Amino acid sequence: MKDEPKDKQHEPARTEPALTPLGTPPAPPVRSREGDIIHTAPELAVGEGDVRTAERGAQELLAGTSLWKDAWRRLLKNKLAVFGMVVVVIIALASLVGPTIIEQATGFSYDTIPAEIEKIRAMPPFRDADGNFSGLHPMGTDTQGRDILARVLMGGRISLMVGLISTLVSLIIGVSFGATAGYLGGRIDNVMMRFVDVLYALPYMMIVIVLLAVFGTKSALGQLFLLFIALGAVSWLTMARIVRGQVISLKNQEFVLAARATGVSTGKIIFRHLVPNTLGPVIVYATLTIPQVMLQEAFLSFLGLGVQAPLASWGSLASEGIQNIAIFPWQIIFPGVTMALTLFSLNFLGDGLRDALDPQMRKT
Amino acid sequence: MMRNGNILSVKDLKTYFETEDGTVKAVDGISFELERGETLGIVGESGSGKSVTNLSIIRLIPEPPGKIVSGEIIFDGEDIRALPLEGLRRVRGKRIAMIFQDPMTSLNPFMRISKQLMEMTELHLGYTKDQAYEHAVKMLEVVGIPDARSRVDSYPHEFSGGMRQRVMIAMALSCEPELLIADEPTTALDVTIQAQILELIKNLKRETGTSVILITHDLGVVAGMTDHIIVMYAGKIFEQAPTRELFKYPGNPYTKGLLRSVPDPAHEHGRALYQIPGLPPDVAHLPPGCPFAPRCERAEEICHGEFPPFVQLNAEHFSLCHFAAEVYQDSRRERDGDQSQSTEEQHGQV
Repeated sequence: MKDEPKDKQHEPARTEPALTPLGTPPAPPVRSREGDIIHTAPELAVGEGDVRTAERGAQELLAGTSLWKDAWRRLLKNKLAVFGMVVVVIIALASLVGPTIIEQATGFSYDTIPAEIEKIRAMPPFRDADGNFSGLHPMGTDTQGRDILARVLMGGRISLMVGLISTLVSLIIGVSFGATAGYLGGRIDNVMMRFVDVLYALPYMMIVIVLLAVFGTKSALGQLFLLFIALGAVSWLTMARIVRGQVISLKNQEFVLAARATGVSTGKIIFRHLVPNTLGPVIVYATLTIPQVMLQEAFLSFLGLGVQAPLASWGSLASEGIQNIAIFPWQIIFPGVTMALTLFSLNFLGDGLRDALDPQMRKT
Repeated sequence: MMRNGNILSVKDLKTYFETEDGTVKAVDGISFELERGETLGIVGESGSGKSVTNLSIIRLIPEPPGKIVSGEIIFDGEDIRALPLEGLRRVRGKRIAMIFQDPMTSLNPFMRISKQLMEMTELHLGYTKDQAYEHAVKMLEVVGIPDARSRVDSYPHEFSGGMRQRVMIAMALSCEPELLIADEPTTALDVTIQAQILELIKNLKRETGTSVILITHDLGVVAGMTDHIIVMYAGKIFEQAPTRELFKYPGNPYTKGLLRSVPDPAHEHGRALYQIPGLPPDVAHLPPGCPFAPRCERAEEICHGEFPPFVQLNAEHFSLCHFAAEVYQDSRRERDGDQSQSTEEQHGQV
């Protein structure tokens, strides 16, 4: 009896709700009907999640917060990744519109060989034919008298395109192959992955070189197309392995069983239910594949197998520049530095994405 | 109102798993029948074959290593085992739906709730996107999710466990299946939510007339919900009886042990809770006799050497035990001799 008033004094202080849902009336006490199981009206089904969402505010709930928002926020905290992202965006934009602007402004396109070639060939940066300061060729000209800035930007266009499209090709092949193998499992998986192993064992650069040499065409665009296919076709192997691993760990989860139990077909389970769940690692690996493919393209172009003149890529520019490295160093410095900067930035971005999407850090 | 007859009849179902350790007889010769509109409870410890039985019914056993070795599964006159995969797909989800144990993992984390709900009706009922969307909203309302329209486009992680289980139920019921298999639907939920979910299933069942198979290891859950109960142990049916009968007059030492292990606030005051000694057996290496014999208080010589018979105790009550009749008589004597009726009510409604 003595305890009662004490308790009453304590209670209000203790039960002052810190987490009352906004505007929700306090829940009536849960009543039990004669020892039967507890009956609660569905309207009172307010769980932890409701309280949390109520705190966060109604708009966000209506918008349907996406899992990517968290990752995006984490990515923005990573300075190096933001730097990478900014540089990549700038270079991509410059490559996209740069050549056109330069042509409009100065009349030089990436493949314009001027008439007075003897005068303006291999000019240093910011110099005109007489050696005075001039803004006409900020990166100088090459041995043919072509504007290097325009060529570097045009080369960027090609290099980025090779990187993106080849990665896309590898993405499509790798994801479908890996997901199918992983989901079907058993003997099919075995055969499919041994096929991948065999391809791994082959020196893929040789394959690309052979492909390019055998099917090489005279037309510059045809060569470019072949390059996309060849690079894409050899860089899907790791992607297939990554996706397969992901799918294997996912396919035993209950939501896959639930989808099967509702009669969803195998193809839909793989591509609608499983593949989106592997997207995190896939995106990370794809971002890291882009610089890798670009480097391979540069290597091939350097060897003269890649992009054919008059088209330019950073690799072919470097290849031209290397011949005159002692006399006209700017011919290799500018394409080289631009390429290095881009590759660094893409790698920083990829690493940042990996950290942002890391499931270990995504613990809720 | 309800059409009579069996919606499902399972005869001598055997599902084995080939492992390195030998053949695991996860389900070994199970037979039961389920009438339309009826609820059947399947109770047993972990590894007793409850879930495998039900996965077998819609042929979702992972093959290999699993395999339905023999038996008949007749669903509404159709032999499920003989159906081609296409036909099976039309049964799954549409006519037989399942609710899984863990609502945290049985929804696809990357798909909006609406999409997951729509997938069912688009697939089975041929709804257009708009129809399916409206249906999804309606189903969420049916299962008691407040403010369904604004929540239908959420992702699963924005829902609490109980709400996700409601979504699962909405999904399972959206094609109005004739049979609903709930595989431990409340195990992963806390107690108050458990009660809500059970109540929900009960109400929906009453409204739609769906037959339900409720798998659980919680006797309290089946007591209030089921018409019949099957007690499974080591892949076998140990006891099969109408719910009241089973709780009142258990005819098998294993069932008795289970019933004694239920926490009973009125009677267990100050006493340690009873537990069945030992562990469930390794199903890959079963002894020749009764699989429960090593843990059974009543076991005698014969139990260790000879497999027990499936004894019929009365019209609907069966028990797998050498001493089924005696155990049953004991139960009757204990119960009817005991004048304090409180125990009975307790057991009837745990």
